[in-house]
Amino acid sequence: MIALQQVTKTFSISPTTSFTAVDNVSLTIARGSMTILKGPSGSGKTTLLALIGCMTRPSSGRIMLQGVETSFFQATDRSEGFDSSSLPERFLTEIRRSTFGFIFQQFNLIKGISALQNIMLPAYPTGEQQPVVRQRALELMEQFDLLRHCNSPVEWLSGGELQRVAIARALINNPIAIIADEPTAHLDSQLSQAFMESIGLLKDSGKTVLIASHDPIVYNSSRADQVVEMRDGRIVQQEPSV
Amino acid sequence: MHHALSRHRNILDFALSSLLRRKAKNISLFLVYTLIIFVIASLIFFVQALKREAALLLAEAPDMVVQRMIAGRHDLIPTNYGEKISAIRGVSEVTPRLWGYYYDPVFQANYTLLAPDTAPPPPGTITIGSGVARNLRIKTDDLVTFRSYSGTPLLLTVSGIMPLHSELVSADLVLMAAEDFQAMFRMPKDVATDLAVTVANPRELVTVANKIVELFPDTRPILKSELLRTYDSLFDWRGGMMVVMLAVALLSFVIFAWDKASGLSAEERKEIGILKSIGWETGDVLLLKFWEGAVISLSAFLAGVLLAYLHVFFSSAALFSHALKGWAILYPQFTLVPTIDGYQLSVLFVLSVLPYTAATIIPAWLAATIAPDAAMRS
Repeated sequence: MIALQQVTKTFSISPTTSFTAVDNVSLTIARGSMTILKGPSGSGKTTLLALIGCMTRPSSGRIMLQGVETSFFQATDRSEGFDSSSLPERFLTEIRRSTFGFIFQQFNLIKGISALQNIMLPAYPTGEQQPVVRQRALELMEQFDLLRHCNSPVEWLSGGELQRVAIARALINNPIAIIADEPTAHLDSQLSQAFMESIGLLKDSGKTVLIASHDPIVYNSSRADQVVEMRDGRIVQQEPSV
Repeated sequence: MHHALSRHRNILDFALSSLLRRKAKNISLFLVYTLIIFVIASLIFFVQALKREAALLLAEAPDMVVQRMIAGRHDLIPTNYGEKISAIRGVSEVTPRLWGYYYDPVFQANYTLLAPDTAPPPPGTITIGSGVARNLRIKTDDLVTFRSYSGTPLLLTVSGIMPLHSELVSADLVLMAAEDFQAMFRMPKDVATDLAVTVANPRELVTVANKIVELFPDTRPILKSELLRTYDSLFDWRGGMMVVMLAVALLSFVIFAWDKASGLSAEERKEIGILKSIGWETGDVLLLKFWEGAVISLSAFLAGVLLAYLHVFFSSAALFSHALKGWAILYPQFTLVPTIDGYQLSVLFVLSVLPYTAATIIPAWLAATIAPDAAMRS
């Protein structure tokens, strides 16, 4: 479970001006659920995802992660978890690497290397043996019908295939949660539906899914357990309401 | 431990594939780097080999040479000076030496003529350096004609060609019997070019030299240590030219490394952002860039040193030998004996591989310290 308690994120633009991207947000995300953050551009969705995914720290508030095991914290069923907002960068990287899988709006794949190598990349610094990682990557490619593109450079792939490579890459370290930022922004309706199918299967397999999107195909999906609408950094509506 | 090794291996693998992705850029970097190392290492090898030649040359030099001076110029010395010098306490041997230069107008070359005191060639025969043999296009048992100072030709038979172990100093050498030498230059029999003096105790050399000057105020004793200094400065002067070339080569390396350091393409920056966003730490990115730099610099260093070794010791430093060796018209053509100065190579390694690797890491470090969420906003 992920619990945000009065989380605020303020960016300093100059010594005298600042901008509050996330303003006093409290939110609970149940394990194995699918939560959709919706709202217009600049509403704070991406910043909230970055905060939850340990990519940045909040200016104030707490982000509790429960059921997450790291080298510095052994989770137990009854444990309340730990506050990720106060951890040093080294620990945040470890959590980011082992707990979250990220899918970006621009896919963020590295050109010039194969789809397989792109999928394996997040596992390289973990020190896991390459044949083991490779085997896992091949299984993911099979799952997402990408095996025939195994050795193709990613620039040869279509938009839908790129999206699937990005999902496979997000799953390579077997994360507990998947975080996707505007994943359907570059996909047509059919591919967006297919994406939601794939992500629904991940949810069914027990992954916690968190998506920021202003695409109706995403936030109207029947797979969503919770839809949170944001505006100006605040939660304006939450379904089902808490 | 096992994980740490795997991490290094994984990142090294990715570094290699990254290098291959930017083939054109990295090959050009490798070529420039190799060229600079090649020039510097060639200079280092060449200076070392020259110094070795000098050491060989002086190994058999006498402790002291006594010359006679007239009006400040070198003149022939009467051999009876030697008898009185050998009577000085501490002097163990005095040997008159006959040597001089001969200009061959046909081939426009200078030869050094020498009548050795031990095992001289029989009268009527000469032993020649390979440079002379090459120049005159002669071999053993051929006849050579030198024009003597009396104007009559002197007919000599080549009895042998000197071995190549130190061609730098023996290339232009012609060894002949004392009789032939005296006939060649119309020299009286009771004079020599100079006297080689051997002193039993090296610490008495200066005292003996002073006594010789006292006894014969028209002489000039030259100590082996002075000769060593002269030759050393000769080669060091040549070394001095090399220092200039070395400085130019090192400077170009610095410019090259600086250029590399200041440039990280937008694509590379984007990639670093992506790696950070998918869970790579700043340290992982730096390790990746370290391996990229190390692979290029180590391979270029090895290639440059190997090429320099082949260049200096197998092609006789063909690219700059004419500028740097042989002060007579006859250029020695020889294969230098391989000598490697580990210390100098280590200095070259430290001065090239380390700054280059640092130059690749610093811009990467600047790029890698961006917040990982920046990639989400790109």
